[in-house]
Amino acid sequence: MTDATVSPEKTPKRSSLHTASDRTKKRNASETRFKAMGIGAIALGIFFLIVLLVSIISNGIGAYQQTYLQVPVYLDPAKLDKNGNRDPADIAKVSTFGYTPLIQAGLLSAVQDANIDTPLQTARDMKNLISASAANVVRQDVVSDPNLIGQTVTFKLLASSRVDGYLKGRVTREGVAEDKNINVDQLDLTDKLVDAGIAAKGFNWAFITGSDASESRAEQAGIGTSMLGSLFMMLVVLGLSLPIGVAASIYLEEFAPQNRWTDIIEVNISNLAAVPSIVFGILGLSVFIQFMHLPQSAPLVGGLVLTLMTLPTIIISTRASLKAVPPSIRDAALGIGASKMQSVFHHVLPLAMPGILTGTIIGLAQALGETAPLLLIGMIGYIATNPPGNLIDGFMAPNSAMPAQIYEWAKRADPAYYERAWGGIIILLLFLLSMNIIAIILRRKFERRW
Amino acid sequence: MKLAHITASTLAITVASTAGAFARDNLQIAGSSTVLPYASIVAEAFGENFDFPTPVVESGGSSSGLKRFCEGVGENTIDVANASRAIKESEVKACADAGVTDIMEVRIGYDGIVFASQKTGPDFAAFEPADWFNAIAAKVLKDGELVDNSYTNWSDFNADLPEAEIATFIPGTKHGTREVFEEKVLLQGCEDTGAMQAMLDAGMSEDDAEGQCMAVRTDGKSVDIDGDYTETLARIDSNTSGVGVFGLAFYENNTDKLKVATMSGVAPSTETIASGDYPVSRPLFFYVKKAHIGVIPGLKEYAEFFVADEIAGPDGPLAQYGLVSDPELAATQAAVADEVTMNSGM
Repeated sequence: MTDATVSPEKTPKRSSLHTASDRTKKRNASETRFKAMGIGAIALGIFFLIVLLVSIISNGIGAYQQTYLQVPVYLDPAKLDKNGNRDPADIAKVSTFGYTPLIQAGLLSAVQDANIDTPLQTARDMKNLISASAANVVRQDVVSDPNLIGQTVTFKLLASSRVDGYLKGRVTREGVAEDKNINVDQLDLTDKLVDAGIAAKGFNWAFITGSDASESRAEQAGIGTSMLGSLFMMLVVLGLSLPIGVAASIYLEEFAPQNRWTDIIEVNISNLAAVPSIVFGILGLSVFIQFMHLPQSAPLVGGLVLTLMTLPTIIISTRASLKAVPPSIRDAALGIGASKMQSVFHHVLPLAMPGILTGTIIGLAQALGETAPLLLIGMIGYIATNPPGNLIDGFMAPNSAMPAQIYEWAKRADPAYYERAWGGIIILLLFLLSMNIIAIILRRKFERRW
Repeated sequence: MKLAHITASTLAITVASTAGAFARDNLQIAGSSTVLPYASIVAEAFGENFDFPTPVVESGGSSSGLKRFCEGVGENTIDVANASRAIKESEVKACADAGVTDIMEVRIGYDGIVFASQKTGPDFAAFEPADWFNAIAAKVLKDGELVDNSYTNWSDFNADLPEAEIATFIPGTKHGTREVFEEKVLLQGCEDTGAMQAMLDAGMSEDDAEGQCMAVRTDGKSVDIDGDYTETLARIDSNTSGVGVFGLAFYENNTDKLKVATMSGVAPSTETIASGDYPVSRPLFFYVKKAHIGVIPGLKEYAEFFVADEIAGPDGPLAQYGLVSDPELAATQAAVADEVTMNSGM
């Protein structure tokens, strides 16, 4: 407008589509600003996601490597079978404490055979290098095969968490000055053991398949058993909340009359979805354990509690997907003579299925990551059971769950457990990721558009 | 139809289990988070060496453990409560009211409470109980008068301490450690500084004065940690001048991050605690419900195994982890073997 006076012929008074007016510019600018803010928000989100993933992976990746020692152990008959008659009952009487000195002597002889120059020359000096779990590994083998007694057998044993931490860079020479569980000489020896091929790092399958270990042997702990605990809980949640939730929503959506009572129920379901999960834990403790006398720490109880928590989520998503089925489908079914029941189960429900499944899987994923209610029903703590032997045990025997296990590890004193907690988070995230991907695939595959 | 099948089988299992609920074959243990590491080490070795399943050990603090212990007798209650302090009269009474009358008290050893700060932080090298009292008590003695605590730096009351802001992280009230800390540090400091005498002179009764001595300032200089020592460690990690209260075993596992200060001139170690030179230590206990012996398989074996020489002795795994072995372990072993309960005079 300002140059209108300079050359009135060139710029026409009325606006053109080719030159933007001030107002258009303003509107375009605000759109650009909004887009930039949107991109900024997404970029910030992605940045934090990357920071989170990098920190999880860098902290947790160590848990997937573990140091093992190849130790030739002379199974001394004088110590392990005093009567000399290879009676399994006698052999079983020798506790793990009887095996520890043999293993230490075995490692010492391996050190000497390899001509390693070290100031550590007694069997007791080897103690801090070997995991406390070693004695049990050897004992189990001997108890199951007493003929091994008298032979020298090479075992693949776990190194202690300090040695393992040193090879992973978590334990440093400066850091161990005050540490009574390892000293610098032992770290020097560790380096030489690696050169001699006695100590080596390997992929830590035991972390994925194993069960919890006590505070004194972080190197042995694995998340496998608690994964099974989570699995059995999810079976309970799926088996109960899906049929109950779907049946309740079909009734509410398709059959129930619209009156004060159904309104109250609807409001309560929405409220329940927002109740903190710890409340369900308290409910589970008082109803399932104290009143119904179900066993403590059992995945069945955990599953029941999580079912209560998941039900509202499933009901809400199921009702939403039932609502999304167009009324013409119902009308058509009723029009050709189907009963109300037939129209729902033959026509409406199959069309709503993708939405119901998506809601269920997301509900399950939420339940999988839940810790708080498990705190009250005894699923958090030191629970080092063997993997359950049969289906009933899976539901009834004490077990933990993945998030509970991670929480427990994060509390423990040995920093090696901290690494394992992060390692557990990686597995939990993989589970959640794959569940969400399944939900997306199901939705894509079965979704119908009208 | 598959769904219906799964539902039916789940329901069947639920019903079956409700009917057969009285068939627990694993031990249920709960209580002090200080005792938890030791109990888990014992439970693990117990599961390996016996044909019984590995016991389940939960934490949550001495008080909450004893509360659950006193809920009654039966398979839906716990068998053993771990505690980092002796059971109180009121708890014994609560137990008796719920039908838990025969309780075996087993002392497993001693634990030291240490005062540690960031390894690279200010040089906290030596504390006296009086320093802690001056740092965190609600009312302190200043120029002969009892006033609300207004100290902000450690050096305000003791020139030997670094000129660092007071930021302490002490165990919350549900922990047994807190009680020992109050008794052996705050109360001691209260007496040492003369604040106790001043309170008595001001006409307070002895009980009130003790209560006032152990009251902690609430202006944020002292933070109660209700979680575990890892939480205390995390707080100290993020606060250069922070000082925290830890168990000896926890400190020994984290010597690369923490440095420990002496208390009354004695450095904490298993030796100084065993000899009684280090002032802030306390016995650790577990309590066994005698009514469950013979009902829950393995309960007595567990109790005996816990106090056996090869576990709780000076060379056992518990001492290796940081427990100070009890010199009177033999007497405890005999008491456990004879199932001596508290009211039968232990």
